[in-house]
Amino acid sequence: MKRSEHPRRTLIKGADIVGRGRADILVDEGRVAEIGAPSRTGADVVDADGLVLLPGLVDLHTHLREPGREDAETVLTGTRAAAKGGYTAVCAMANSDPVADTAGVVEQVAALGRAAGFADVQPIGAVSVGLAGERLAEIGAMAHSAAKVRMFSDDGHCVADPRLMRRALEYVKTFDGLIAQHAEEPRLTEGAQMNEGAVSAELGLPGWPAVAEEAIIARDVLLAEYVGARIHFCHISTARSVEIIREAKARGVSVTAEVCPHHLLLTDERVHTYDPVYKVNPPLRSRSDVEALRAALAEGVVDVVATDHAPHAPQDKDCEWSAARPGMLGLETALSITVAALGGSDGVDWDLVAERTSRTPARIAALTAHGRDPEPGLEANFTLVDPSRTWTVVPSELASLSQNTPYAGMELPVTIQATFLRGRATVLDGVLAETAEETQ
Amino acid sequence: MKHLLTAKQLTRDEAELILDLTGQMAEAVTGREVPKLPTLRGRTVVNLFYEDSTRTRTSFETAAKRLSADVVNFAAKTSSINKGESLKDTALTLQAMGPEAVVIRHPSSGAPQRLTQWVDGAVLNAGDGTHAHPTQALLDAYTMRRRLGGIEGRTVAIVGDILHSRVARSNVWLLSELGARVRLVAPPTLLPADIGTWPVEISYDLDASLRDADAVMMLRVQRERMNDAFFPTANEYARLYGLDERRLGLMPEHAIVMHPGPMNRGMEIAARVADSPRATITEQVANGVWVRMAVLYLLLTNGDAR
Repeated sequence: MKRSEHPRRTLIKGADIVGRGRADILVDEGRVAEIGAPSRTGADVVDADGLVLLPGLVDLHTHLREPGREDAETVLTGTRAAAKGGYTAVCAMANSDPVADTAGVVEQVAALGRAAGFADVQPIGAVSVGLAGERLAEIGAMAHSAAKVRMFSDDGHCVADPRLMRRALEYVKTFDGLIAQHAEEPRLTEGAQMNEGAVSAELGLPGWPAVAEEAIIARDVLLAEYVGARIHFCHISTARSVEIIREAKARGVSVTAEVCPHHLLLTDERVHTYDPVYKVNPPLRSRSDVEALRAALAEGVVDVVATDHAPHAPQDKDCEWSAARPGMLGLETALSITVAALGGSDGVDWDLVAERTSRTPARIAALTAHGRDPEPGLEANFTLVDPSRTWTVVPSELASLSQNTPYAGMELPVTIQATFLRGRATVLDGVLAETAEETQ
Repeated sequence: MKHLLTAKQLTRDEAELILDLTGQMAEAVTGREVPKLPTLRGRTVVNLFYEDSTRTRTSFETAAKRLSADVVNFAAKTSSINKGESLKDTALTLQAMGPEAVVIRHPSSGAPQRLTQWVDGAVLNAGDGTHAHPTQALLDAYTMRRRLGGIEGRTVAIVGDILHSRVARSNVWLLSELGARVRLVAPPTLLPADIGTWPVEISYDLDASLRDADAVMMLRVQRERMNDAFFPTANEYARLYGLDERRLGLMPEHAIVMHPGPMNRGMEIAARVADSPRATITEQVANGVWVRMAVLYLLLTNGDAR
């Protein structure tokens, strides 16, 4: 495979296209031109024999840290990490500095994304001014800005005030918006450092009880039901949260939920090391929570895998536990861990993987050009995965500017061989493009 | 044993070795004209204290000096710690001085374990957050050994703010490893969640917990906890969980009253109980020096020079 200067026509040969089977795809001018056995005339050829082709992955929950913490990540480095992880679109969380609570900031983030060109960047707007949970941010202005914000979240903070939450749920109905709640009753987690349970009891770290998440989820499905609004829950982490959402869905409440890769794999036993690389919010939970989340993801009670990619500068992790900031990298490892959680590379249902990592998140975020199985005329946003090749996580080799991955040294299933954003390879042969084209 | 980070890490053999050595340290020094042993001459011990604790720091300093070690005190108020230097940078600074041991007291649970990654010397935990305080548990065990003739089969009630207590978190493991029956007595608000796997009995009733106790260990309870709804008022706490003379009378004749200090007289312990001959509080302080000598000696010589 070689990369030409301005590839306009690319023939992807022999990929196992999820939902369709083995076929060749001709990409022309950024869109799918033909599927089946197109001729190769004038096209660069990508040999995808043995590879699985997924619609490009979509992350509902990414912290790009720009503006404000460019020492941890920038829109450019974060979207490079996204491309490396198979993503063609990421939703940038609002807790930047300044907070993305005005049209100006969300437009700036969107513009940085376009300039970077490695993945589409859809800004998420803050629900409240400064994430302070007191007054509504100018949600309408952000929705009607050039950034066309549809999702709003105070992520990092819970919209704890039930009246503010009710109003937010109602207000976004005018443009079919969505509130993504970080479910954490703040009074139950004051000073919390890790999951409350046997491990916190032993380690003497203040506990973050599961009920602090579950109480808000229970409250908010009732609020959403009452006002007839949609609601999305960020990073659910407990077995009981799954049960509450399952019950709400059965009742017909318009609720969706995401789970993070780390909550599908790691438990609070890791905290025995006191290594803050395992500090994250919500915290790593128990084995039974992990099992329940895996089952819920397979079943569909949990709709999507979202990374909560949270880069941190070295000084914010190279310290004692309580001084460390919560969060871990996720973009470059998410697909591998999703596959592991859904049965491993041999048994995994790739259609289910596409559903949870691409189609459904694109639908929730209203990113109409993403999460689509290839059809002639659609934008060529997809990902080629080698299902049989494992890899070992080496923090210094990650594309992210930060290295706070909890998977260092672990061997993970499946590798991303290529990522195409509007027909252009942001990753080819597992290698990032040096630069990407500015997108429109 | 390279470091002493927790009491839980100690096997019964290790713990008994330390307690035996503690007795030898006491004997070796007591009655000497110059109460010093030459054992650690030329070695440097750094006291790195991020919390004010004159008692514990002084105890470690005295222990190190009685073993003829050079002691450097790195206290929060007089060093760059308050200027925002990170634990890691402080550790690297200390490392450049090459101390054989660092004694650390830190408000963050797990800080001593982190420190072991940044310094080559032995790390001795002098209390980290609400996690562990192994030398306190060892000195408590030594005190019980002396007063009760042993620990195996004895019943020890630990009373008070278990949730926030590194002393409790160390005593539970050490005393049960040494064969004691450990009972935690506290209101449910001051007990950690999910301690079903701990080798302890749990009681909410202090009166009922005293009748068969060989030792009762009263933990310091901060009055301010009532502002966080751990209990309604200091008075109610004292009535329900304070050790007063009436309750002292419920205990067997031989039973002792322990407290790691500093005490809140009138809160968890009545003044007359604290001053009674059955209280071992000052004895615990004295034993603390011998225990810390034993631990420093073990960590710095690997027991070779014995």
